[in-house]
Amino acid sequence: MSTIHYTKSHEWIRVDGDTATVGITAHAAEALGDVVYVEVPAAGKALSKGKEAAVVESVKAASEVYAPVSGTVTEGNPALADDPALVNKDAMGDGWFFKLTVSDQSELADLLDQAAYDALVAESH
Amino acid sequence: MRYLPLTDVERQDMLATIGVPSVDALFCDVPKAAWRDKPFDLPPHQGELQVERALAKLAAQNVPAGSVPSFLGAGVYRHHVPATVDHIIQRGEFMTSYTPYQPEVTQGTLQYLFEFQTQVALITGMDVANASMYDGASATAEAVMMANRVTRRTRAVISGGLHPHYRETTATHAHFAGFTIEQAAPNPSVDEDLAASIDDKTSCVVVQNPDFFGRVRDYSALAEAAHAKGALLVVVVNEIVSLGAITPPGEMGADIVAAEGQSIGNPLTFGGPHVGLFATRDKYVRQMPGRLVGQTVDADGRRGWVLTLSTREQHIRREKATSNICTNAGLCALAFTIHMSLLGETGFVGLAALNHAHASLLADKLAAVPGVTLLNDGFFNEFTLALPKPAAGVVEALVRTGVLAGVPVSRLYPDRPELANLLLVAATETNTEADMDEFAAKLQEVL
Amino acid sequence: MNEWSKAISNFTTDKLGVSGTYSGHRGLQIEEPLLFERDSEGRCGVDLPELPKAKNRLGAHARKGRIGLPGISEPEIVRHFTRLSQKNYAIDTGLYPLGSCTMKHNPRLNEKMARLAGFADIHPLQPVSTVQGALAVIDQLAYWLKVLTGMPAVAMSPAAGAHGELCGMMAIRAAHDARGETRNKVLVAESAHGTNPATAAACGFTVEAVPANARGRVDLAAMKAQLGPDVAAVMLTNPNTCGLFETEIREIADAVHAAGAYFYCDGANFNAIVGRVRPADLGVDVMHINLHKTFSTPHGGGGPGAGPVVLAAALAPFAPLPWVVHGKNGFEVLEKAEGDAAQAFGRLKGFHGQMGMFVRALAYMMSHGADGLRQVASDAVLNANYILASLKDDMSAPFEGPCMHEALFDDRFLKDTGVTTLDIAKALIDEGFHPMTMYFPLVVHGALLIEPTETESKATLDRFIGVLKALAAEAKEGKVEKFRAAPTLTPRRRLDETGAARQPILRWTPPKEPVRDTAE
Repeated sequence: MSTIHYTKSHEWIRVDGDTATVGITAHAAEALGDVVYVEVPAAGKALSKGKEAAVVESVKAASEVYAPVSGTVTEGNPALADDPALVNKDAMGDGWFFKLTVSDQSELADLLDQAAYDALVAESH
Repeated sequence: MRYLPLTDVERQDMLATIGVPSVDALFCDVPKAAWRDKPFDLPPHQGELQVERALAKLAAQNVPAGSVPSFLGAGVYRHHVPATVDHIIQRGEFMTSYTPYQPEVTQGTLQYLFEFQTQVALITGMDVANASMYDGASATAEAVMMANRVTRRTRAVISGGLHPHYRETTATHAHFAGFTIEQAAPNPSVDEDLAASIDDKTSCVVVQNPDFFGRVRDYSALAEAAHAKGALLVVVVNEIVSLGAITPPGEMGADIVAAEGQSIGNPLTFGGPHVGLFATRDKYVRQMPGRLVGQTVDADGRRGWVLTLSTREQHIRREKATSNICTNAGLCALAFTIHMSLLGETGFVGLAALNHAHASLLADKLAAVPGVTLLNDGFFNEFTLALPKPAAGVVEALVRTGVLAGVPVSRLYPDRPELANLLLVAATETNTEADMDEFAAKLQEVL
Repeated sequence: MNEWSKAISNFTTDKLGVSGTYSGHRGLQIEEPLLFERDSEGRCGVDLPELPKAKNRLGAHARKGRIGLPGISEPEIVRHFTRLSQKNYAIDTGLYPLGSCTMKHNPRLNEKMARLAGFADIHPLQPVSTVQGALAVIDQLAYWLKVLTGMPAVAMSPAAGAHGELCGMMAIRAAHDARGETRNKVLVAESAHGTNPATAAACGFTVEAVPANARGRVDLAAMKAQLGPDVAAVMLTNPNTCGLFETEIREIADAVHAAGAYFYCDGANFNAIVGRVRPADLGVDVMHINLHKTFSTPHGGGGPGAGPVVLAAALAPFAPLPWVVHGKNGFEVLEKAEGDAAQAFGRLKGFHGQMGMFVRALAYMMSHGADGLRQVASDAVLNANYILASLKDDMSAPFEGPCMHEALFDDRFLKDTGVTTLDIAKALIDEGFHPMTMYFPLVVHGALLIEPTETESKATLDRFIGVLKALAAEAKEGKVEKFRAAPTLTPRRRLDETGAARQPILRWTPPKEPVRDTAE
């Protein structure tokens, strides 16, 4: 059974046991506009919670994507290099950024659940 | 005042619309202590005639290189610029336009910059070039910083054959941006081997071809040595005309080319404004500094051009930008593009051949002067002579006879007595054989 | 079929094509291929002198392959670039109200002077005795800049505004280093131009933003709280990018100095105060001056510029090489860090700076004189306030006036209309005006920043104001489709920037040979 968590910096993380998938939220993708370039981390890279993990760019904006939790990257999404528009089309699905093994499950406790994230988005409008 | 269209009547009308009694009232936010009621202690306005007279007087205190036999190079070269070039760059639509942020009304600027990028990529043998930098020296510093970003390393190895101003500019950036440079000593008498200086902390090796002393070399092996250690090869070109005659950096395995483009389309102008050229491999394009023009289509599907990959730049990335560069050398790049398109393949290769032939002739004539030695027998259009006494004094003596003889190496390396007798001499298509004979004869007289 | 006709046919959807003509041209709007798309065999645009017999000294280093440059005759080249030029908007064609860019008239006298052989045809390494007039130009321009700013020294070599910023911040770092102080942080106003934080970062500083207050000025209290022994400098623009004079500028300067830091002023907006206010009297320690803004050297489609940097006495010893100084036998050039220039922090570019721009700027200054330069600032500020006053009820101004040389609006007047700042800008293009600066400064939502400059007549401003009033009314009436479609009368309509960035095509490449189907 997977669970989805969110960060205040608009990343999502779907956790399945020790492994997790990370992307940016549909709200973030919409705010950026048409995504033109994504730089994802290579497999094997060690990430620390809250530190820069990936880069996403639209025509007029560039943004860092931060690791929601610490862990080791197992795969960067290879499809984004050729088709960065996936981030706009399916932010929570095919537009995922990278997968990692979670090194400290307790870090998940600091993240937002769906309701808290929805409230955060509503507040910013 | 001829440049100011408003009349006093209009000014009063406008003040009434705004609802203030005077223009001074609009400056109400300026602190009283800093407000100046009276004009500054500077001369009053002047008509065209007076300004022209005053500036012409200053211009007359200089000796134009074209008025005497002149053989100076060292990074700036006097070439013939076709009349078309200066005519077109003065068209107001080019000259008085801004950076092409609104592509619908700046397709002219965008298209010539796209053509410029293509020309630079073609002659350097690289994949992609940007829309220009300030000059060759600042482009070289930017190349090293780009190599640092690409490799995530902070130590650059710099050739002794790199132009001293480029070395100093790169060293200045290194000091403030916090990276290390290891500079080989300038030595025109040995073929330096930088491969041994490359280790797994080296971000790049920077060489110049032809180098400061005029030597032409093949850097393919050095490129391989750099790549084997994960470092990049940066090749600097001072005299861009050379690429019509010698193997381009791209064919030697260069990863970045930083060059001075002044020779094509741009006058000497005492060293500026000139135009920096910057080219690299496709895979590094997102780490490149400066503006880039890309091809696209408009809402009707017609081909057009836009500034692209702007997220590298300061106006979006701010403190994380690849460079702080904003203004580049647009109009000088236009001059380059026009001149290069007039030359075309035949003209560019022919111009290079002519430069080489003139320099070769001159070298033979000067080397025949007793006491003079030609240090490097392989060169493009510039070479180094060893004189029997300090070159600076010889150049001064020759100026009094009406010859601009070249650049004494000591002008750029005042701290190196071992280089004091060396004279850099360049010849281009502008030098006649009579000029050369006069130079050789007068050199013999003053030695 | 040559490449060009192929290229044209690619654009057409039917016989007449999107242009509505067989040629692809539309009257005076003439389609023009790339230089590389012409039939180019056997042509050349130059006639070179005969090649003399001489020993070839290139040996194995001679170029082997073809370069791939097209050959084109002179008449074709002239027509090519003339046609390209006609696709550009320029100051010479009309009002160019880009905020913070100071697109003023570029006098042609300046061009004529810069082309005198005594300036254009001198080599930077000629013996100093043969370039005394050039050094005199540098010295005189330096003098004008020092008097106009009240500062004791000026570094002349920076090639552009951003290059000048680099120069100024390096001087600041060098001054702290010389005192043995380690200060790694730079405070930058939130409304600053992007070059400010980028420059600070390039000098190895970390950057912290200073917030703006509700009046569009620097929040003095917040800035004071950020100041500390780790702060090397504060970077502000004054007048700032909201077009407002920093009313607490003296207090800001005092606080910066009390904290042991330096006050960097971005001189991009100097046109508002030239001849009226000296930055030295505001407590500024260092400021770059864009000669291509205030002093009318042409923008040239993105350069070349020039960015001399005026320096307070505490920073002057660190100015980069070269220095032009008065010597026993006229002017001398210090090109080495010794003697008076012993503390020079290094070098920023080759040779002596942008001589061609110096001549133009000096011609401009001499033409205006002390009296004319005062009038420049007055008229620039008057023109901007006239626009602000005329449009404030039709559009929405985020801050109370008066403004300085540029008028800032936000997009509240477009609320719920479906029309954006970008749409207004594009609609202006169809009306024959270049758009204002959009979405900058970042502190205002949907910013529209209008800088008319002093070289616009009241009649031009009235036409511009009339158009903006009409467009604002149309937006409020809900004519969204018109705005979305704009511009429709330009050589190209809105361009696909997303596509350009996703699949970058950054140069022309020769068309590929058609691939043969080996499977039959």
